[in-house]
Amino acid sequence: MKFKTFAAFIGPSVFMMLLFIAFPLVSVFQQSFYITQPIYDLVEVETCTPGFLTQTCVTETQSVPKLDEEGAIITQTEFVGLQSYRNVLELGRAWDAVSSGSWAAFQAIDFWKALRFTLSFTLITLPLVIGAGLAIAVMINSAAKSVRGPVIFISLLPFIITPVIGALAINWLFRGDGILTAAMEWYLQRDIAMFAQAWTIEILMMFYRVWHVAPFAAIVFYAGLQTVNQDSLESAIIDGASRWQRLKYIVIPHLMPLIVFISMIHLMDSYRVFEEIVGFSSQGHVISLQWLTYDFLVPDQAGNRSISRASASAMLTMIGIALLLVPLLRRTWRDHQGGH
Amino acid sequence: MSAARALQQPLPLRLTSNAFLALWCLIAAFPIFWIMVQSFKTPVDAYDSNALNVILGPETLARGHGMSVLQILLGVGAIWLTIRLASRTLPSFVRGSMDGGLQWLGWIIGASALGIGSVVALFGVVPWISDVLNPMVGPLGVDVVGLTTEHYKTVWVERGFFRNFQNSLLITAGVVTISLSVGTLAGYGLARSGSKLAFWILIIALIFRALPHSVLVAGYLPVFISSSEWLAPIFGENAPTLYGKPFAVIAVLVAINQPFTIWMLRSFFQNIPAELDEAARVDGCSHFQAFRRVIMPVMWPGVITTGLFSFLLAYNDFLVTSLLLDAQNQTMVPAIAGMFNRETTTTDQVVAVAAAVSITAPLFFLVMVFQRQIVSGLTAGAVKG
Repeated sequence: MKFKTFAAFIGPSVFMMLLFIAFPLVSVFQQSFYITQPIYDLVEVETCTPGFLTQTCVTETQSVPKLDEEGAIITQTEFVGLQSYRNVLELGRAWDAVSSGSWAAFQAIDFWKALRFTLSFTLITLPLVIGAGLAIAVMINSAAKSVRGPVIFISLLPFIITPVIGALAINWLFRGDGILTAAMEWYLQRDIAMFAQAWTIEILMMFYRVWHVAPFAAIVFYAGLQTVNQDSLESAIIDGASRWQRLKYIVIPHLMPLIVFISMIHLMDSYRVFEEIVGFSSQGHVISLQWLTYDFLVPDQAGNRSISRASASAMLTMIGIALLLVPLLRRTWRDHQGGH
Repeated sequence: MSAARALQQPLPLRLTSNAFLALWCLIAAFPIFWIMVQSFKTPVDAYDSNALNVILGPETLARGHGMSVLQILLGVGAIWLTIRLASRTLPSFVRGSMDGGLQWLGWIIGASALGIGSVVALFGVVPWISDVLNPMVGPLGVDVVGLTTEHYKTVWVERGFFRNFQNSLLITAGVVTISLSVGTLAGYGLARSGSKLAFWILIIALIFRALPHSVLVAGYLPVFISSSEWLAPIFGENAPTLYGKPFAVIAVLVAINQPFTIWMLRSFFQNIPAELDEAARVDGCSHFQAFRRVIMPVMWPGVITTGLFSFLLAYNDFLVTSLLLDAQNQTMVPAIAGMFNRETTTTDQVVAVAAAVSITAPLFFLVMVFQRQIVSGLTAGAVKG
């Protein structure tokens, strides 16, 4: 294919990606060093209230945003260097907390709290998703042919459901005296509040994520199981390998590329954990990195969005993505070199 | 023979395995099943701590909303018929009677007709028939299970969820159409070119796929809000503010979706032998004609599968739509988030549950019709690594 035809085919797609992905990325990077604020004037305001005999007057200086001729607030953008990063990281406070050895004080800072949750969420759910996916795939594979279709249908439901709704559905089972909380209370004979402390919420969030992603892993593994070499399985049987040994030495090595693939996808996706925070409305106890950026972007009571802080926290989130991507890109690069 | 027998599991193992599979199905389906049950009950029943009361709904029944055995039978029959039509008849009908180019149209028309038909059958025809028949069948016509559709009426009519539904429909339709037309071109180009550039584009797309969406939205927001200023030199007086406009969100979602779309379509295109293009080229087609007349007709399964995943992305999105659309143009998922943040009374909660079920129902339907395509899509990218 000539370059010109190739360019015509990929042009629209590349253009869209440049305009809506690459360009915003650059602009976020730039925004993180600037801050846009209204210009404030210090104005002396005299407020008088009618009193007995004379008026009571109070004079105070207020900072009032400057307005232009049309009454719009004038803003100015100035270069602040790393100030927004400092505001997000709060290194001084973090360092004080670390040096005084107080984990609670350290976790009171939003960014570090979000980082701690995001990392533990990613690392704990990974083995669970792989394990659950493998188990389901092996069980579907050994089930009778007639039940496989319905089972796959049911398995697809958690995967396909809107993430916010899926999280809500599990939230409602436990919220207040939800049916499962009531069942646990009846079983343990004590009061349980699933949403009063961070760790129970985190367990529910991780459960939701495994419930949501395990079907995807299971279906990919199930497809992989169909291509296991039957000859090597048979020779393993003749050599007297047990069921467990066959799984360990033949099936799992065969599925290894798929396990790596699922792990990569899962790491990328769970690092972006966000919908769980919304669905479980856990922002009071647990937040994630992406939610932090989202929160800066949502207008506050005065209607201002802290764009520069959002940009700084977005850039800090990107560092993690970059670290995650390095092994994946190295692998793809190796495959590419090997393929030619 | 001995190998085949040895591969077969001994009975205890098979029983355990099947028991665990049943347990998994229960875990997978229970939360969804439960919100569905709750949405049809009065608040007292929906939040009863006794599971049986939630399912049977005595309080709902006491208020005069109930179903008789006959109605239950009719309802189950209607659902069974829908499942049957959706998973068997519709796919084979569309595949059998339409040729390649028009198949997608057949899928859309068939699926929406079936969807609307089943809603009408469940909420219109079944109650109507049973109202007529209930007095005639004696004990079978007495209400036994409490069930009410009032929360759905509240959500769709009073809370204006219908407008959110229209917005969702507009945005998903836009995203699917544009991202498929842009994506098939790129996917084909990338599959047929072995150049270094194609490889690098794929790698960069992979990096883009990993980006958190909030990072991108942080880039759009200031630009979109002030767009009437910087677009003024081009459009003059009527320069639009992109913030809050559905078409801007469509463009954003298409772009976010592109990396995934081109990877998936590329892997489908690679399964089509390149000899087919060459034959068309020998017969005098240009590259574009070969693509349009020879490759696309055999590519429809891949396009439909990729379209499904584009649909899911646009339909399920919360972050982008909630930040870039204002209240009037809001789609369903962010709207429900606003609904449950407001929830103060248990009635409001059940209304939010009904809204959640309304969002899930089309997806449920989608899995029924397109199960095979979804499975093939999940495995397409993966099996080749």
